[in-house]
Amino acid sequence: MSDVQNQARAVLEGPDIHRALTRIAHEILERTRGAESVVLLGIPTRGATLAQRIAGRIAQFEGIKVPVGAIDITMYRDDLRLRPARPLGRTELPPDGVDGRTVVLVDDVLFSGRTVRAALDALNDVGRPRAVQLATLVDRGHRELPIRADYVGKNLPTSKSEKVKVFLEETDGRDAVVLIKGDDR
Amino acid sequence: MKPHLLSTGDLTRDDALLILDTAEELARVSQRSIKKLPTLRGRTVVNLFFEDSTRTRISFEAAAKRLSADVINFSAKGSSVSKGESLKDTALTLEAMGADAVVIRHSASGAPHRLANWVRGSVVNAGDGTHEHPTQALLDAFSIRRRLGRLDGLKISIVGDVLHSRVARSNVLLLHTLGADVTLVAPPTLLPVAVESWPCQVSYDLDAVLPKSDVVMMLRVQLERMNAAYFPSAREYSRRYGLDRDRFARLHDDAIVMHPGPMNRGMEISAEVADSPRSTIVEQVGNGVTVRMAVLYLLLGGSEPAIGGAE
Amino acid sequence: MNAHDLHEGAVTTILIRGARILGGAPRDILLRDGVVAEIGDLAGAEAGQTIDAAGLVALPGLVDLHTHLREPGREDAETVETGTQAAARGGYTAVHAMANTSPVADTAGVVEQVWRLGQESGHCDVQPVGAVTSGLEGRQLAELGAMADSAARVRVFSDDGKCVSDAVLMRRALEYVKAFDGVVAQHAQEPRLTEGAQLNEGEVSARLGLTGWPAVAEEAIIARDCLLAAHVGSRLHVCHVSTAGSVEIIRWAKSKGWDVTAEVTPHHLLLTDSCAETSPLGPYNPIYKVNPPLRTAEDVRALREALADGTIDCVATDHAPHPVEDKETEWAAAAMGMIGLETALPVVQEAMVETGLLDWAGVADRMSARPARIGRLSGHGRPIEPGAPANVTLYDPSVRRPVDPTAMASKSRNTPYEGMTLPGRVVATFLRGRPTVLEGKLV
Repeated sequence: MSDVQNQARAVLEGPDIHRALTRIAHEILERTRGAESVVLLGIPTRGATLAQRIAGRIAQFEGIKVPVGAIDITMYRDDLRLRPARPLGRTELPPDGVDGRTVVLVDDVLFSGRTVRAALDALNDVGRPRAVQLATLVDRGHRELPIRADYVGKNLPTSKSEKVKVFLEETDGRDAVVLIKGDDR
Repeated sequence: MKPHLLSTGDLTRDDALLILDTAEELARVSQRSIKKLPTLRGRTVVNLFFEDSTRTRISFEAAAKRLSADVINFSAKGSSVSKGESLKDTALTLEAMGADAVVIRHSASGAPHRLANWVRGSVVNAGDGTHEHPTQALLDAFSIRRRLGRLDGLKISIVGDVLHSRVARSNVLLLHTLGADVTLVAPPTLLPVAVESWPCQVSYDLDAVLPKSDVVMMLRVQLERMNAAYFPSAREYSRRYGLDRDRFARLHDDAIVMHPGPMNRGMEISAEVADSPRSTIVEQVGNGVTVRMAVLYLLLGGSEPAIGGAE
Repeated sequence: MNAHDLHEGAVTTILIRGARILGGAPRDILLRDGVVAEIGDLAGAEAGQTIDAAGLVALPGLVDLHTHLREPGREDAETVETGTQAAARGGYTAVHAMANTSPVADTAGVVEQVWRLGQESGHCDVQPVGAVTSGLEGRQLAELGAMADSAARVRVFSDDGKCVSDAVLMRRALEYVKAFDGVVAQHAQEPRLTEGAQLNEGEVSARLGLTGWPAVAEEAIIARDCLLAAHVGSRLHVCHVSTAGSVEIIRWAKSKGWDVTAEVTPHHLLLTDSCAETSPLGPYNPIYKVNPPLRTAEDVRALREALADGTIDCVATDHAPHPVEDKETEWAAAAMGMIGLETALPVVQEAMVETGLLDWAGVADRMSARPARIGRLSGHGRPIEPGAPANVTLYDPSVRRPVDPTAMASKSRNTPYEGMTLPGRVVATFLRGRPTVLEGKLV
């Protein structure tokens, strides 16, 4: 752990994350005309937490209760065979589902785009949204698929060998985005 | 890693809970209109059944198909396959077909263990002789947890032909691992010699056990046992060990009744008990598919199995 | 020159230098004209061949009361030729060939055929055992007298593999063989109590879900047969005793002065039913499937003590070869039995000598003298002393080596000791002064 700390650098602290989510909430309101028929779906685990927070802010700003849920993408991943089978996350859809809605997928870090691709497949199996948008706290680049985010908390230039780790109060006891140096080869 | 599910005795508490938790998530998938997941696309699961068991085979088949695996059903009963060498020959055939998993049902105890020596893929025991039936025990545990919210500390009675029951063996091991308090109830003739070495209690008296039970699991009793003098008559068996209305009334209000099927209504269980709302018999069937999906996913869904512990 | 060219009476003189007879002080042994000619310090003696036996134990040639040579009928598993080769490599100079061949050895014709095949092989003496009942069917006595009077001079009768479970038939057999000093060797297994039985009935069988094989199925028959033998004043031999309870019954019968003898197999002295569950070869490996089944550690302890105190008279291998396809199966479908001729002495060293229960004199008594006496083989089992037939085994107890099934002379490979390390090695075997094994290799 101490090794990791030595090489780790916090790029976003609590207040930065707070501001970024606030901005995303405002942008969603603007771009969806007051979050009309919007459903926020977080990708477990931290994306689901972020979706809750964004929904909380929207309620605070406009007094609207946006339906919020989670969509697990484990069974749709394209890299399953590269790692041991992993435990499933929770899929929790709002009672009225996603049909005809504007679904905003929420994830913590946007990297290769493969997670989002899996989420689109998973979404396809649970209903037919009118439109799908993507919100991410951090976009670190290095896309491998033609995918881009509609709402970005922070664009973070990284090298491919680095790792970006998001810590959230609810799951990790603190808010931070940390950049961990990889071995530079 | 051990890439097989041969005995519930091989599962740690964490393994067992991972299977149940995974099944819990997959149960949600079973409720939506598109039940299929792409997870095992390109993987081949062979159902190798040396014994007739349409229920179990269909359950495994549905589980594999919902995960998008290719399924090959190989019914070895009645074909030229007899005994002995043929199991090994069959194994080599499956190997050549590139089976990623073999689900095997066989009348000989230990046949899945032998098969595991001869194939590279995962072997899932779907019932071997009078030994074990691990996925049945997992679905029983899953059904209990769904109904009663927990397993730890529950008092579970397993009643009937324990001696010949693979369901009983798998359940004793699994439920003990999961913290339940298991009591076997049977006439002494239908309990194995040395059963006292098992991690459970033993009783010959169903009436004494019932009021303390949270779960009563009735086992199928085959009538042909009567001819081998295991008990005198169906009537006497039913009177002493059958779950009828009077006995059912002595259960406490939250207790549930289970049966792995197929049932002998009127023998070990009366029709009205089997059909009561406190019976889990129908939902056990549905849970079977879910639990088997979880097992196949955890064995085949990654680069290596996530259950079974270190070899 | 091969073994077949060496006829008895051919003048061969062999000097064995520095062998420890029954583990005693080093002595030279001179074998001449098929007998032990001289023992002592024979540094200057004339000999066609001199063998340096420094450090080796000299034992009288071993005698097996219980061998399945499979010929005629199952030559895919073993033949008289390969089985006697295995016997010679195990230090044996005589084996009793069990009757459950195909056809069954239940007539003078079949026993003489087996006897003649043994004579031709030349690796060790083959003494046929006759069936007690025709076709081993347990219904009617085989022609015991004709087999006794045949060239094979049968004295041991057994339906081994099956139990003579009919009490009347057993009584008659015991009575009838008195006429020619025969003995009935009973395979004690109550058939009804062992229907479909797979493994010793106990904790392991209960866990593995294998049909239990209760100890009482063996003990009940032994008790009955002891009483029958006493009643008719005949000789009874109990094959492959496997339980502590059987030992108690035999001890009791002997204390009454009844003429009851018993054998134990090497595998029942070393292995337990837990092998079926926890062997490194994997659970349910039928290499451990045998009749009678492997029992518990407590039974093993009782059998060792009984062999040490003489309650059990001898070690008999129950060498039971099976081809690979009869063992590479699920447990219930597999054949019962294991080979044992080539590992018997190492297993006895491990179980009895290393544990201090028997010295080498004791081993000679239990593996040569007593089985020869039970089988009425006058030319075997005699002490190594001048004038005795030159049946001698030279054994090196100082080595330990892993058991290698592929290196065995038997045609079959079903040894349960694969992967285990056992002590000892048979260096040489002499049958009436003629070497059948030298340097551990067949001559």
